[in-house]
Amino acid sequence: MAARGLRLGRLLVIGVPMGWLLLFFLAPFLIDFKISLSEVRLAIPPYAPLLEWADGKLVALHLHLTNYRYLFTDSLYVSAYGYSLKVAAVSTVLCLLLGYPMALGIARAEPARRNLLLMLVILPFWTSFLLRVYAWMGLLRNNGLINNLLLWAGVIDTPIQMMQTDFAVYLGIVYSYLPFMILPLYTNLEKHDGTLLEAAADLGAKPLAAFLRVTLPLSVPGILAGALLVFIPVVGEYVIPTLLGRPDQLMIGRVLSDEFFANRDWPVASAVAMLMLLLLVAPIVAFQRLQNNASEAR
Amino acid sequence: MTAADNGAAIAPLSAAQPCVRIEGVTKRFGEFTAVDDVSLDIQEGEIFCLLGGSGCGKTTLLRMLAGFEQPTAGRILIDGQDMADIAPYERPVNMMFQSYALFPHMTVQANVAFGLEQEKLPKTQIAQRVEAMLSLVRLDGMAQRKPHQLSGGQRQRVALARSLVKRPRLLLLDEPLGALDRKLREHTQFELLGLQKQLGVTFVVVTHDQEEAMTLANRIGVMDRGRIVQVGSPRDIYEYPSTRFVADFIGSVNLFEGRLTEDEADYVRVACPELPAPVLVDHGVSAAPEATVWVAIRPEKIQLLRERPEAADNLAQGTVRDVAYMGDMSIYLVVLPGGRELRVTRANLQRKEEEVFQSGDAVWLVWDAASPVVGTG
Repeated sequence: MAARGLRLGRLLVIGVPMGWLLLFFLAPFLIDFKISLSEVRLAIPPYAPLLEWADGKLVALHLHLTNYRYLFTDSLYVSAYGYSLKVAAVSTVLCLLLGYPMALGIARAEPARRNLLLMLVILPFWTSFLLRVYAWMGLLRNNGLINNLLLWAGVIDTPIQMMQTDFAVYLGIVYSYLPFMILPLYTNLEKHDGTLLEAAADLGAKPLAAFLRVTLPLSVPGILAGALLVFIPVVGEYVIPTLLGRPDQLMIGRVLSDEFFANRDWPVASAVAMLMLLLLVAPIVAFQRLQNNASEAR
Repeated sequence: MTAADNGAAIAPLSAAQPCVRIEGVTKRFGEFTAVDDVSLDIQEGEIFCLLGGSGCGKTTLLRMLAGFEQPTAGRILIDGQDMADIAPYERPVNMMFQSYALFPHMTVQANVAFGLEQEKLPKTQIAQRVEAMLSLVRLDGMAQRKPHQLSGGQRQRVALARSLVKRPRLLLLDEPLGALDRKLREHTQFELLGLQKQLGVTFVVVTHDQEEAMTLANRIGVMDRGRIVQVGSPRDIYEYPSTRFVADFIGSVNLFEGRLTEDEADYVRVACPELPAPVLVDHGVSAAPEATVWVAIRPEKIQLLRERPEAADNLAQGTVRDVAYMGDMSIYLVVLPGGRELRVTRANLQRKEEEVFQSGDAVWLVWDAASPVVGTG
């Protein structure tokens, strides 16, 4: 009886998230895939059915790859994909460079102070994400706080164009996603055995050498987890580039939304989404493989 | 280093400059005094054991030698050089950590090579020395393994190899055998002694295990509450404990309190309320007449007899309450009429069971005047 109860419990524990994923990830994914193979038309829903029925019998199956081919014929899409990957990669590196010292600092702080410092990292989440991006707009605008301050101080004569630049996009993204880099890194670094660093020092390693040979390699799983948490969502980021970024260079999230809502071209929008997923599979698999190697090495 | 040191390889140890000199070292953590005014000289080539219970300050003292802690007061000199401003990575000292602290992401080879790489030695030389060291600790085939693929004993040997490969002047060992099982401990103990003799490195060992200290050390420093209470050879510490704490801490002992009734230069008599006859001790003690003293008698130095022996001192009558057969010896718990329990051990020289006392037997206990230790501290 007890064994059966245990099995049931396990089934429930695994089953609930599995069911959730099936319902809210796999099903929409398949629907989306289906739409991407369809043709746009003016109707509700705004795409042609794949299957044609007559008298209860299947008479035709219409599959169109034209949507996918279209993505490669218009340079807008290729450029948006490329730009998104570039922004995601650069932001991930920036987050890592900024977040690693912070995570290390928190992990090595007095235990009593750690919670306070972690709190400060998480604190921005208490305010709406959108509000924080709007706040950056207020800071970066030509007549915004920063420019006004610099003008008043006499450092500059004309306002610096910061809004609608790559700089603003990176700033917004790094600012918003930094906690996602810091938290997994902190979780990793906090578990490091301090005696390993003592051993390294004892064997003649100066602090920098000890960091490079011991702390850094042991924190690779944390780096990978943080990188994954930043890179993946940034590729599809919509709000920040739309509000802060260049009007002439779209990111793929913006393209997707435009296709869907402005053009009402669901099939092309679905194809854009499918291709984005495909593009993300490669880095995800690579990250995962690295992570497995890293955890094996321990 | 003075010029005289170089030629005097076989000079008596006391004449040479000590390898380590600890001068009035105190370490406080906030209100807590971990190490309290310790002064100590450790000679070149010696195996010195710091022995004490947990929290006695032995590990703090070791960490100050390694440079992980700074003394609150006092000085530490290694080869005559003050270590005050010398970082751990610059000290001619290596440490074997209690947890071994092997780098989990590196192979055995890389772990051992780590220290030499910090010295920026040529690659071929590093490879040679690592190989030689690995074969010295009998880990030849294991070079490419990761620490988690090794047994506890093998890990211990990697840690040892890693700390010895740099040829330190001084090797610090923190409970070196603590994580090994009993059989392996004994074996490793003798291996460690062999290695030390071969390499001539000075060892400072920290342990709470008196057996480990006894077999390894040339000299033992017994620590209690941050102070060194006695320094001496294992035999000195065992046979001539200078304080009640040392007598009680090392080995098992029967301790009595008593009053000094006769105090001569070459003998004393002590009246112990728990013993029927006075205790005669064949050495003097510096104490006032009628002073309260402690007397310690080791269990193996008490004889068990069936008949009353011809003696007026150093004897008692009792009943055997329990017998514990240990194989090589037996432990007898004997209850005196006053209720006091004494521990007596007897080597089991015969295989047969004859002459062995049973629980409930009435026995006489006697001991030699040379056996008890008497003191005031």
